This record gives sequence, structure tokens and C-alpha cells, in this order.
Amino acid sequence: MQAPLIHILPLTTITRERLLPVAGRVTARLNQKVGPTDVVAEAAWAREHVLIDVAGALRLSIPAADRLLRCKVGDTLPASAEVAVGTGLFPKTVRTPKEGKVIAAGGGQVLLETGETSLQLRAGLPGNVIEVVSERGVVIKTVGALIQGVWGNGRIETGVMVNLAEKPDGVLTSARLDVSMRGSIILGGMCKDAETLQTAAEVSVRGLILSSLFPSLLPLASKMRFPIMVTDGFGSLPMNSAAYRLLSTNAKREVTLNAEPYDRYTGARPEVIIPLPVTTEPTPPMDVEDFAAGQTVRMRRPPSVGAIGTLVTLRPGLTLLPSGLRAPAADVKMETGETVIVPLVNLEVVG
Amino acid sequence: MPVSLIEGDSLLAVDIGAATTRAVLFDVVEGQYRFVAAGHAPSTAEAPFKDVSEGVRNAISHLQNVTGRAFLDTDRTLVTPSQPSGAGVDAFVATLSAGPTLKAVVVGLLADVSLESARRLTETVYARVVDSIGLNDPRRPDEVIDGLLTLHPDMVVVTGGTDGGASRSLQKILEPIGLASYLMPAEKRPSILFAGNQKMETEVKSMLGTLTSSLHFSPNVRPSLETEDLEPAARELARLFVNVRKRQLKGVDVIDAWSNGHILPTGYATGRMMRYLSRVYGSTKGILSVDIGASGTLVAAGFKGKSTLGVYPQFGLGENLPGLLNHTTLENILRWSPLDISVGVLRDYLYQKSLYPSTIPATREDQAISQAIARECLHLSIQAARRDFPSNAASLNSRLLPLFDPILAGGGALSDSPTPGQSLLLLLDALQPVGVTTIILDQNNLLPILGAAAGRNNLLPVQVLDSGAFMSVGTVVSPAVQTAYGAQILRARLTYEDGTEARSELKFGTIEILPLPSGHGGTLTLQPSGHADVGFGPGRSGQIPVTGGALGVVFDGRGRPLDLPSDPVRRRELIKKWHWTLGG
Repeated sequence: MQAPLIHILPLTTITRERLLPVAGRVTARLNQKVGPTDVVAEAAWAREHVLIDVAGALRLSIPAADRLLRCKVGDTLPASAEVAVGTGLFPKTVRTPKEGKVIAAGGGQVLLETGETSLQLRAGLPGNVIEVVSERGVVIKTVGALIQGVWGNGRIETGVMVNLAEKPDGVLTSARLDVSMRGSIILGGMCKDAETLQTAAEVSVRGLILSSLFPSLLPLASKMRFPIMVTDGFGSLPMNSAAYRLLSTNAKREVTLNAEPYDRYTGARPEVIIPLPVTTEPTPPMDVEDFAAGQTVRMRRPPSVGAIGTLVTLRPGLTLLPSGLRAPAADVKMETGETVIVPLVNLEVVG
Repeated sequence: MPVSLIEGDSLLAVDIGAATTRAVLFDVVEGQYRFVAAGHAPSTAEAPFKDVSEGVRNAISHLQNVTGRAFLDTDRTLVTPSQPSGAGVDAFVATLSAGPTLKAVVVGLLADVSLESARRLTETVYARVVDSIGLNDPRRPDEVIDGLLTLHPDMVVVTGGTDGGASRSLQKILEPIGLASYLMPAEKRPSILFAGNQKMETEVKSMLGTLTSSLHFSPNVRPSLETEDLEPAARELARLFVNVRKRQLKGVDVIDAWSNGHILPTGYATGRMMRYLSRVYGSTKGILSVDIGASGTLVAAGFKGKSTLGVYPQFGLGENLPGLLNHTTLENILRWSPLDISVGVLRDYLYQKSLYPSTIPATREDQAISQAIARECLHLSIQAARRDFPSNAASLNSRLLPLFDPILAGGGALSDSPTPGQSLLLLLDALQPVGVTTIILDQNNLLPILGAAAGRNNLLPVQVLDSGAFMSVGTVVSPAVQTAYGAQILRARLTYEDGTEARSELKFGTIEILPLPSGHGGTLTLQPSGHADVGFGPGRSGQIPVTGGALGVVFDGRGRPLDLPSDPVRRRELIKKWHWTLGG
């Protein structure tokens, strides 16, 4: 049976596509070395539109109104600019309510694009640009440790990682956070209250890596301007030992925290990348694996959500579970030495 | 065009669900179509595979292992038609529910008329209405444009106007939709279904034709103000849905080609079967089908040839679970649990399960939570579906569910239940049927597949339904009554085919069973007490023929509507007792 994979790897080659949501201009070049905060592409983005009903305002037919238009597609008009002027002794003038660019004109109407802002796409990880995707972005390759999570708030930052989680089931509280952590990415444990998130914002941390988050804190965590990644899930879950070991042993290193939201269809996941120097390029992570004895696996469902173990044997046929269900299952030896029976659909391979 | 029995013998059908893909083989055995075997595999719409055809090939491979027959060639391509060597199949059909819930915008004139029709129409596919634009919309056209650009809908369903009626108002509403589409990148433009004033077709084509990823037309859902006919538009919407999925999900085009265009949304295929069954059964009661899966909960009902279909992704057991709390409370879900579970544990469960929709309960506590959620999802779905049931549907009381016989139930939450008793109790709790009802479990999830197969071979569904491929759980008698716990509400006598008898006295708040094995029949004599009504009128007695099932004849004496005790300890004890009565 094919196994879902989560990447928690001490050294691997990481290739990531970084693309604008709309067409724009790619500023990075092929083979360019980029830092995580370097802008690799940018685009102009109109916040709102204004539709001016010229025919209605001048009380004319659509063809008549179109003949009186004084602007064309592509024109940038200031506020109060003439869009059309009527006829007669006292001609009525139709003006722009605000500054904008004409993006459609006709049918007795003019559509303006206003409030343009620029959108900058940052590299998100240190590495080399190995491909330029025309008008959209780049593909970047780097080498280092990779730790993926299950939830992210969509932000991205780079900074030195400070470990405040003495053990995998530690709880991050506001009392642990102070100004000395300004500009750092904090390796915390579980987060159970809003005060901790607010204090993290006040002391200007660059990011939070949490084992779990109370679901009630999700709206607040989503609004935070710094990246937050959850490694294991929601509620009070300790950090899985594989992620904790790798993260805690890399404390004080510069890390990139890309808290990209988990998207099951594209495969995007929040992740921590720790760039490491190498002489030879390590193998990239596997995308697909079949379940097999000897694999390191993680539980995705109770009991022991997030716990890491080793797949000992794949059981033949269907196995009766304590829930009363029958399903393909495996014997898994936990880190405590205990062997448990787990349905295969509740496992993911760590690798 | 239906294929005759002689031209095409074997038919392979696949159902591509959010979590599981099933492959089902039907073939002719002794001159009749039969369900032969099923194979399954995890669905592969999601990363890292991102190709639904991979899961289909894996499910077919599993079916090959089960049957010992070859359906795929060495390139893993379907072999069709069947070869002299015995490899391959004669026909192939597919149903599809995998993929993210589509974002839909409904457009119409009046909120209570055309917009309501558009909403009902949209509920026939796996879609969520994200905006509604009508005649009385207070927004300026440019605000509508910006709203659409933010929402990025996958589809727009347009209704409104009677055939040949005024078109100017609808044209004004469509303008900002055209402009918003024009501003979107070509690959992100929504598909549009126009199911309004038929005289506007040329106009709509010239307004929107070049500005959508696909423009579909169907007969008007409201040709006149008093008439609503969703079926032709639902058929076109099903086509639109598959087209959107072809763009979104790799591999759908491969399966569409294998099936020669016979791929349908799972919900629509189920609705098609219900329309057929309601004509076949033709009783004064309606027939009901429910399906609880990871993608959503589906409720299809048939009333003398008329049918309703509701697909509710918001009540699915997968990635949409956290959104369930927009429709109910944690306490409401926990009232169904036989175990003492805290609201915090349940809240964490909803969010955690949404990360891993394909996982299954391994512990008793996890199973209790899972089934409590399934009950609440089904309960909310039937409440939503009831809004669209015909007002003249036969019922004992307008506040209760209309009379249905049979009720067909499928989907992972039911077909994977450890025992038929657990499935039955889930259905009785959530649906609260009244009167006398046969409960049939679609443990192989065949109903949508038969709906899809009907488009290819109209004999097959009839013969498979008659072949016993579905599991009869039993006949359920549910008196409509409210009285004190322990009060006697019904006396029942079951006369078996051999003349022997079994009797039961039903007290309020209890469940009782009289055994009647599958394939056997009997006559049931019912004598309600007081004002209890089992369908013969309050307090009236009667006699009916019944057929057996896995549990026999089940008497649900818990009253309608079901009012669970507010004391949590007593409630949990009762739920455990009911579980025990139905076999644990």
C-alpha cells in the first residue's frame, strides 16, 4: 500500500517553486544565488475597481455615450479627470471619482483600476535559482535539514532559532518570552493561550515553531505578522521526537521558517529549512513510498498522535481494531519499546 | 444511448471519492446482471500523486487480484471492449466526488424565487455558495466586481426571468460578472451555467461567451413563476462540474475518455437512481437515500417520480470538519456520544481529523466521537434537505420527517460501521424516521455507481437491485408519540411464514427487536396505545407484510421527535442500552 510521507530529514536537497499568484515581472536571474528575503519577482495588484456609467450619467444611448468618451484603455487618469463630456449648451461632464487606470471602455461604461499596490515575492529560502518561470517566479534549490509541519499561517521569515522547549511536551508561555528574543525564531512547544501569541508579537520574534496549538487560537495565529508553524496538530500534542531532535540540535543556527498553509492538493506544507554546508549534493526527499518493514512512521490518529515508531511487520489481511473496525494494519514498535497495532491509513512515513 | 444486454455484457464502474476509490465489476450470471466483486485503493487526487487515474488504476488492480481477471494492459490502460482471451470489460462508467469543494456564485432576480432555485440547483453538486447576486443587491456594480475578484468562484449559476419575459434586469446583473471574468487570468475564469430566460441565450453568448472557461445553457429552471424544474439544469450542471474537475484534477480527462463521457458527479448519479427507484416503488410514501462521506453528506429523496437532491460538503467528515461548528455546537455533537468526552477533546478532534480525512478510528473513544459527528452531520443534512421536500409529501405530522420506505444508506461512516446495529442506530438517531420503514445498507456504495451505469445500460441497475447486492438491515417501526418514559406505546405480533408468532410490548424510551432473518417474510400486527401513530392514524391498529433483515423487525419506541435526556449520565446510559439492544 502506498504511504503518505512527511519530510523530517537531517540533510537533503530541497527544490521549491516560488510563484506569483498573478502574472508579473521576474527579477531573479537563472543561476543567481539568493537569500531568503531577496525579492525574486514582483507584480502590480489593483485593490479595487470603479465602474463609471457614462451612458446613464449623460442619459444617452450606449453608442452615443461611447462616441463621447475621452479616454481609452491603458490611460492613467487623475481624480476628477474628464471621462466624457455631453453635448448641448450646458454639457454635463462625467469625471473620475479617484485616480485610476482605464482597463475597459465601451458599452456606455468605463472601468477604472484604482489603489494599485505592488506585490513582492521573496525567495523564502537561501539557494540557487535553477529555473525561471516566465512572468511568474523561480525554482530555487538548496541543501540542508528539512522539517515539515501540518499548519502554517502563510508568513515567511529567516532568523536565528532559539530553543525554549526543553522537552517535546513543553508548553510555551508568555513568561518565557522577553526582548532578548527580538528577531529570533522561537522553537516552542504547545501554545495554549492568546497571551503567548500577543507577547511574541510585542517582543518582535521572527517566528514560532510550535508542536500544537489550541484550535480557538487559530484566528489570532492566522493574523500574526510573523510566521507560525505547527508540527503535530491541534490541542495539547507534544512535538514528534524526530522533529524535536532535529530542531533542538540545530538551535542557534539561522533557519528559514516558511509557514505556507498546508494544501493537500498541491502538496504545499509549512516547513523549516536549515541550510547546511556540504561537499556533495545529498539525495532529494522521496515523493512516494510503499509501506515496508523498517520504516520510521508517525501516528496520525489516537492513541499516541504524533508518536514516532518503527514499522515492524505488515499484517496480512484485515485486522480487528479496538474500535471494532477491520482494516489493513501493521505492528509498530514505539520508542518506548512497546509494540502496537496501527491501521495503515493512520500512519505516515517519516523520510 | 443505452447499450443492449447482448452488445455489452460486463461493466466496470469506479467511484472516485475523497478518501477511497472503488472499482466494481458487474457481469451477467445465469442471464442476469450481478454485482461480482469490488476492489478499492486510496484516492490519489491529492499530493504527492495529484492524478486521480492512479487511484483508479490501483483500485482496478485490486479488483484484478480479487477476481483473477485482467482489466488493465501492461501500460495500465483499461482494456475495452473485452477480448476473446477474457481480458478487459465491455463498458466502463465513473462517478466522482474527490476534489476541493467548488466555490459557486448564484445569480437570479428575486431572492425567494430564482435565487432560491439557483441555490437548490447548486446543491446538486459538491459546491458551496460563496455569494448571491440578485435584483435587490445593495452593492454597486464595481463592488460586485471586486467581490468576485476576491472570491474567485469556480462556477456561476445564473437563473431568472420567465421564458420570453423581460431581460433587461438580468442583463444588468450579468454585466459585472462579465467584467470580473474579463479581469481574471484566463485559466482562473469561472464556468457559467445559464438556466434562466431562454430568449436571452444569444445575448448571454455575446456578453459572456469569450469571458468564461466554459459557458453552459440549460432549459429554464423556472419557465414560469409557478413552475420549477431543476432536472435538465442539474444534468447540465453535472457536465459543468466534470469540466471544472478536468481542469482542476489531473487524470479526470483520462477517466472521462475511458468512460466515453460517462462520468458523473457522485451526487447526481445517486439522484438519478432515486428518480428511477421512486418510479419503481411507486408507493404513497417517499424513498430516501443518504450517504455520509469525507467529501460531504448527500440526501436524495424521491416522491412519486419527483426527486430532490442535496449535496452538503459543509457536513462532510473530511477537510471541512472545522466548519461544522458554524452550523452546530460541540454540545450538540456530544449529546450523541455514549462515552463521557469533553468539548475540548471533540474540538481538537474536528481540527485534527480535517488534516487527515482518510484516517479511521482505532480506539473505542475515537469511534464514539466519529459516530457522534456522523450523526450530527446527517441530522443537519436531513434538516437542510427537508426545506426542499414537496409540501404534499405524505407525513404523520408536519414537524416530523415525511414517511419514507425504504431508506437506503451508504458512505464510509455507515458501510464501515463495525456492526449493522451501529449503522442502524446512527440512522435512527439522525434521521428519526416515522411509521414503518425498511432500512437498506449499501455496504458496497453501489447506488451512485448504478446511477452512472444506467446511462450505459438500463437493464443493469434493475437486475442488480433485485439480486440482493444491498444488505437489508431490517424493518423499523417508529411510532410518532411523546409520553412518559416507561409508558406502554405499542403491542406488536409478528406472524412468521410457518404460522408461528412472536410478540413484543414496546415501552416509551426503549428499543425492541423481533428476529426475522433476511430472505424471510412475515405479517406484523401493530396495536398502538393512546395517540401513538405508526401510520394507520393515532391509536389505530393495522396489519402489514414485512421482510426480514440482519436485525429483523426493530421497534424504536423513543418517540418523535427524539428527545434525549438532558442529564448527561442518564443519556449516556440510555445510549449504551440502545447500542446493546441492537447488538453492540
